[in-house]
Amino acid sequence: MTMQSSIGQSPLGRRGFLVSGATVVGGFALGLHFPFVGPAEAAEAQEIDAWVVIHPDDRVVIRIARSEMGQGTLTGLAQLVAEELECDWSKVSTEYPTPGENLRRGRVWRDFSTGGSRGIRGSQQYVREGGAVAREMLIAAAAAEWKVPAGECKAAGSVVTHAPSGRTRRYGELAAAAAKLEPPRRVALKDPKDWTLIGKPVKRLDTLDKLTGRQIYGIDMRLPGMLVATVKACPVFGGKIKSFDAAKVEKMHGVKKVVSIDDNAVVVVADTYWNAHTALEALPVQWDTGSFGRLQQEAVTAMLKDGLGAGEAFIGNKAGDARAAIDGAAKKVEATYAFPWQYHGTMEPMNATALYTPDKCEVWCGTQNGEAALAATAEAAGLAVARCDVHKLMVGGGFGRRGRTDYVRQAVLVAKQMPGTPVKLVWSREEDTTHDQYHPTTMCKLMGGLDADGKLVGLHVRLSGQSIRASLAPQSIRANGDPGVFQGFTPGGQESAYGYEVPNLLIDHAMRNPHLPAGFWRGVNTNQNAVYMECFMDELAEAAGQDPLEFRLKMLKPKHTAVLKAAAGRAGYGKPLPVGHVHGLAQIMGYGSYVAAIAEVSVSGDGILKIHKITAATDPGHAVNPAQIERQVAGSFVFGLSAALYGEITVKDGAVEQTNFDSYNVMRIDEMPDVDVALVPSGGFWGGVGEPTIAVAAPAVLNGIYRATGKRVRELPLMKHDLKKGA
Amino acid sequence: MAVLNVNGKSLPADADPRTPLLWVLRDTLGLTGTKYGCGIAQCGACTVHIDGVAARSCQVPLSSVGGKKVVTIEGLAENGKLSKIQQAWLEHDVPQCGYCQSGMIMAATALLAAKPQPTDSDIDAAMTNICRCGTYKQVREALHAAAKA
Ligand code: FES
Ligand code: FES
Repeated sequence: MTMQSSIGQSPLGRRGFLVSGATVVGGFALGLHFPFVGPAEAAEAQEIDAWVVIHPDDRVVIRIARSEMGQGTLTGLAQLVAEELECDWSKVSTEYPTPGENLRRGRVWRDFSTGGSRGIRGSQQYVREGGAVAREMLIAAAAAEWKVPAGECKAAGSVVTHAPSGRTRRYGELAAAAAKLEPPRRVALKDPKDWTLIGKPVKRLDTLDKLTGRQIYGIDMRLPGMLVATVKACPVFGGKIKSFDAAKVEKMHGVKKVVSIDDNAVVVVADTYWNAHTALEALPVQWDTGSFGRLQQEAVTAMLKDGLGAGEAFIGNKAGDARAAIDGAAKKVEATYAFPWQYHGTMEPMNATALYTPDKCEVWCGTQNGEAALAATAEAAGLAVARCDVHKLMVGGGFGRRGRTDYVRQAVLVAKQMPGTPVKLVWSREEDTTHDQYHPTTMCKLMGGLDADGKLVGLHVRLSGQSIRASLAPQSIRANGDPGVFQGFTPGGQESAYGYEVPNLLIDHAMRNPHLPAGFWRGVNTNQNAVYMECFMDELAEAAGQDPLEFRLKMLKPKHTAVLKAAAGRAGYGKPLPVGHVHGLAQIMGYGSYVAAIAEVSVSGDGILKIHKITAATDPGHAVNPAQIERQVAGSFVFGLSAALYGEITVKDGAVEQTNFDSYNVMRIDEMPDVDVALVPSGGFWGGVGEPTIAVAAPAVLNGIYRATGKRVRELPLMKHDLKKGA
Repeated sequence: MAVLNVNGKSLPADADPRTPLLWVLRDTLGLTGTKYGCGIAQCGACTVHIDGVAARSCQVPLSSVGGKKVVTIEGLAENGKLSKIQQAWLEHDVPQCGYCQSGMIMAATALLAAKPQPTDSDIDAAMTNICRCGTYKQVREALHAAAKA
């Protein structure tokens, strides 16, 4: 391991670490400094290894590279480190290293990127090792002081004890000596059966400041002399500015500067957001909407439809000969589904604060990918990466959106036009809604063949539509294929394996990329794939004259079976329900976890849908914090059901039609079903939570709606459909 | 210059009288606990109390709050002691990202003041704030717990 043995010896000391938002805001001195911790603390706190800093009074600061955006990763990752460190959990707090610090220290904290429900499972091994290394160093320091073999000493609760003599030393007393030791090359990790903190429903570490208004998010950033900017990009992606009349607004209250960036966006910089916003609204701009300026939604639909029948497609999963099996089947079933663009709608709109001088550029922002934000900063600033840094602030919702760096680039481009002045760029909700990187839009045609006994003998799933990779990195698409579109459909593997054994199977994708950029959106491609597969499974079960659960269990692989049975058992599937209530079900594997949901719904005579209860089972292998997992799962249904009920972005004349939460509705508390979370960890692997259950939200409800009404909804969102009897 | 009464203090606020209270609080007075979410009265992230009543501060011009008592999230705890609602929120670990929670807490506080024992339908009617992380279940549980406390 390449860990520094002592912060005192590191030329960078503890620069760049945020102890709290308040430190940044209150203690930041303009110029080319990083925020410092208080000088007294810096002198006394000891970095044992890259992950662990210990104060003389035993306070432990655990460094976390992944971003907290509400999913509880600060707490979960700290639990993993603290489990091995054997420290007193009540004295633990966390801090972020900066991506610049990571580069300077040989990427000692490794990956900063936070997405794909990967925060815990992608780093559990090395962060536990980080805790174990620090523990061994503290033990070694005590053993050296007592001149006894380290093997006679034990660590627990931030105290090292020499059992034979009964002597003890607190971590705070040992830290300075431990920090000077050479870290061990190898450490043994605890056996999961000896865990005392992993698996416990401990409270989050970051709650208090969120209750008092003290928590600083990116949008709350303040620096001395800071100005506030707001932006309007061409309403049509791919379009440009034709002209704008800055003189018309330059004299308005508080306005400091009117600029353009990247040929496609105008920006007003003012003393406050409101003054910037008011002037931007008044700014006359002519747009050149480019080649998409006359594109309508119908053309997008036609493009996707074309892919459904296309001869050429990229194969994601194949067994036997699906087409022949379907042709020769006793019964054929066919259906076409459609899934719209959806908006992330993070509660905190995009924003970033940048301070540029000709030889340095710093950014403060919420980001899911600190290192990508740093690269974007350096590129926009035209400076070497070593001359830039990004300070991560609390994220007011990410859902995949803040993995992109468009807003960081914009902030730097504005700041570059005002060297020496910090500029906070804040998007209006309207800008955020119309310039998102949307959930990809797709369609799917499914064909299934049943034999005389109602057994599924052949299945062809043709996906058509957008690829996120094609939008992010078009050059990386080879031979017309993006394997990412097959989430939940892959032949095997640890990530998102297809759950059914079908003797003749073909799942392929015809890529069709309309002009709106596609991005990672909580759940990503499992979301539509689960709708397609799980709703069609119900259609097949009906054609086979079988119960949807029985029909699935005949084909499902063992772990998928176990989790679906757990959900069904807990929900009382097949047992009597209140009058008018029905169950719909769905399952999938995604993000390394197996999930299933049973939705209890009713639809009134005049078509009012009520989702009474969702029973959701998850097998994530190991569960680090059941209380936080329960919250993630409950929240994932709000996210997934919001989309199922209302989520749809459409274009008119190439521009996004929806602009705010009045035209892009989301679920409120009154529509929130009861969510019963069953956690069934089977051990032996590490799966993610937060995303996988989103995918089963919509299909479970759609399958319930069919049972209640006989109406098969094959096109989301639900608000477009009349569920009234006879309608 | 307008003088505002915010959290029991008189504060001068140098801003155009048409400026929404939200932006006066955030940018002029530096009280960033009150959040911007939509600017059109849809999300409730900007909720404050004006003379004890919950209001969406993005819709309230500065000119209309002169002489009225404004309380923001920063003014709920007294002498460092969390309010009943804040305490319940802490015990139920309500926030995820937390961005909507200032508004949630202000709305919940106003609800309990008006209805000390709210029913589920009272909660449905009063708590129309948007939470994209989906903390609604914990919001409801914590509100009921606070009512009992
Ligand atoms: S910001 Fe005021 S209601 Fe959304
Ligand atoms: S906690 Fe994140 S929006 Fe409510």
